Amino acid sequence: MPLVKQGRITTDLFVHVADGAELPGDGAILLPAARFLEDAEALLKRAGKVGVIWPNNRDLDDLVPYLGRLAAVALVFPSFRDGRAYSQARLLRERHGFDGELRATGQVLRDQFVFMLRAGFDTFEVKKNSDAEAFASTAKSYSVFYQPTGDGRLTALHRRMQLRHSESAGQ
Amino acid sequence: MYAYDELDRTLINERVSEFRDQVKRRLSGELTEDEFKMLRLQNGVYLQLHAYMFRVAIPYGTLSSKQLRALARVGRRYDRGYGHFTTRQNIQFNWIKLAELPDALADLAEVGIHAMQTSGNNMRNVTSDQWAGVAPGEVEDPRIWSEILRQHTTLHPEFSFLPRKFKIAITASEHDRAAIKVHDIGLRLYKNAEGETGFEVLVGGGLGRTPFIGKTIKPFVHGRDILSYVEAILRVYNQYGRRDNIYKARIKILVHELGIEKFAREVDEEWKQMGDVGLTLDHSVIEEVRSRFSYPAYEKLPHMPDELKQAAHDPLFERWRGNSVFPHKVQGYSIVTISLKPVGAPPGDATSDQMDAVADLADRYSFGEIRVGHEQNLCLPHVAKRDLPQLWKALDRIGLATPNVNLVTDIIACPGLDYCSLANARSIPIAQELTRRFANHDTAELIGRLHINISGCINACGHHHVGHIGILGVEKNGEEFYQITIGGRADEGAQMGTLIGPAIPYAEVADVIEDIVEAYLALRDRPEELFVDAVKRLGVEPFKERVYATR
Repeated sequence: MPLVKQGRITTDLFVHVADGAELPGDGAILLPAARFLEDAEALLKRAGKVGVIWPNNRDLDDLVPYLGRLAAVALVFPSFRDGRAYSQARLLRERHGFDGELRATGQVLRDQFVFMLRAGFDTFEVKKNSDAEAFASTAKSYSVFYQPTGDGRLTALHRRMQLRHSESAGQ
Repeated sequence: MYAYDELDRTLINERVSEFRDQVKRRLSGELTEDEFKMLRLQNGVYLQLHAYMFRVAIPYGTLSSKQLRALARVGRRYDRGYGHFTTRQNIQFNWIKLAELPDALADLAEVGIHAMQTSGNNMRNVTSDQWAGVAPGEVEDPRIWSEILRQHTTLHPEFSFLPRKFKIAITASEHDRAAIKVHDIGLRLYKNAEGETGFEVLVGGGLGRTPFIGKTIKPFVHGRDILSYVEAILRVYNQYGRRDNIYKARIKILVHELGIEKFAREVDEEWKQMGDVGLTLDHSVIEEVRSRFSYPAYEKLPHMPDELKQAAHDPLFERWRGNSVFPHKVQGYSIVTISLKPVGAPPGDATSDQMDAVADLADRYSFGEIRVGHEQNLCLPHVAKRDLPQLWKALDRIGLATPNVNLVTDIIACPGLDYCSLANARSIPIAQELTRRFANHDTAELIGRLHINISGCINACGHHHVGHIGILGVEKNGEEFYQITIGGRADEGAQMGTLIGPAIPYAEVADVIEDIVEAYLALRDRPEELFVDAVKRLGVEPFKERVYATR
């Protein structure tokens, strides 16, 4: 499954560690939430980056205390129809100030990229190669946005107000 | 009218390009039908019994004549020369070819019309009072707020994959013509004691298989905070709404299961934590949107022009005027409802020729503006009273002067089994038969206001629960049967109708409705007592007795 990070297909430096599987000695690891929470302090002390795969039906409160020390959070789309992780992503970025890697996993398809980028995701485990290859062009398919999110894109309303302001300043 | 600017137009065009690419990928097999299904639904495309059905949004029910002509053109070019206006200020085309859909969308985009989120599990077309901006006594034009919400809900990055569909309706009049109490969120605009504009917010209303009247979650939310408050409701719903069972996924079930108090606390908690996230609508922002609505330059006209006095001698004109013409907030003007319920025809259908003709009449008599109401009728919102006789003649020539607005033949009906893949039973032929039974206008006027609503299945697209008489199609051993409810209403006093007894077969429905109406005529205590009020006073028993005594 191709990984898209910062807009490009790239090698995944994180190793997915399944429940019960042995931890690699070093290197970046992505852990299931339950396993991480069992022994969070020890895991965060090990060499190598630590990321957590957070299920979409679990409250973020249990994760928040560790956010500052996590290199990555992976959120889950069990089906592309299940949009809970969009809320989690925005809360992590906009309310809890998480600035590490925010990864979309599960059924990640081309037609979700723009929504995901706007919600704060920056890394994507993309289901299909063709979708991953189309990432850069798809990300540019929209230039107008109505809602303010934490991604910094100006909303239509802001642009209108700016326009109005500059017009009245020019008079 | 709201004038789209370059940004609105750009976004619609970008959506068309995206959809064109999606259709291309589907036709090439790159997208599976399962993957494509959600994408097409988000653009109003259903797969029905015979063909793809295409649902186009008419936000808050406002159309320009140019836009109506574009809809007529789509009906002609891509469909079979007609369209069907729905109960949520949309229009549906029933015979569209998938490969041609992107072109149809592109044609509509040229006049600022889109089909975004007219289906799928997202925030649907924001609806409002079809008399917005012209109704006497209105607090203010609710379309300003509808447009603010339309923009905010369009391609929302967080709420485009909700547990289920989500519908918002807004009214700013005491008499609710937008059925806000049967929406996921209902907003009633009013001014508080300090004179500030805000909303009573209702949540969890809806019909379908588990009908609920919306409950007040907050008695007053200031206008500047309405987006953040709606956002808080949606965020709670997106995270906690049920996704395990499609029939329990609407917000009404979450509200019901948690109880309105607990749900309200959750929303309040989220709202507080949200803080300032750029959703506060300061005065200048609201005025920016308001400034892009244009209003007619009304003339100073007499209350009772000579043209109207003369025409009053014609009883046919007077009948139509008495039925279809309503007071306007400006002296000398009227609101005219155009009935799309002629005798024997499917409710809410209009041919492309009729749409073009109405567009022309709107240009001549209504400042180029047309409205669409949830009753599946059209409306010309600014007609000078002196023009009423001419307008009536013109409407009559195109078969659109049936004087049955709000009467027994002004039936709301879903497409039913004639088109819909979900339906258990037909709706349209029942409506057609009823319009023939009550075709005599004197009888219909004698009966007075009576809303019949027909749904071909439990999904309740015909809003049968809130019809004064509701007719619900069910399937029994492979046969079409119908359950009859009475006493429902969709307005500010919204309530669900009560079932009168066992379902009846297709062939008996019209007889039963006639029995119910005859019972009402015999039982009402005076001619002014409406059917729905008589049911309230008497309960369902006497009607039930009448219907089942001989069956």
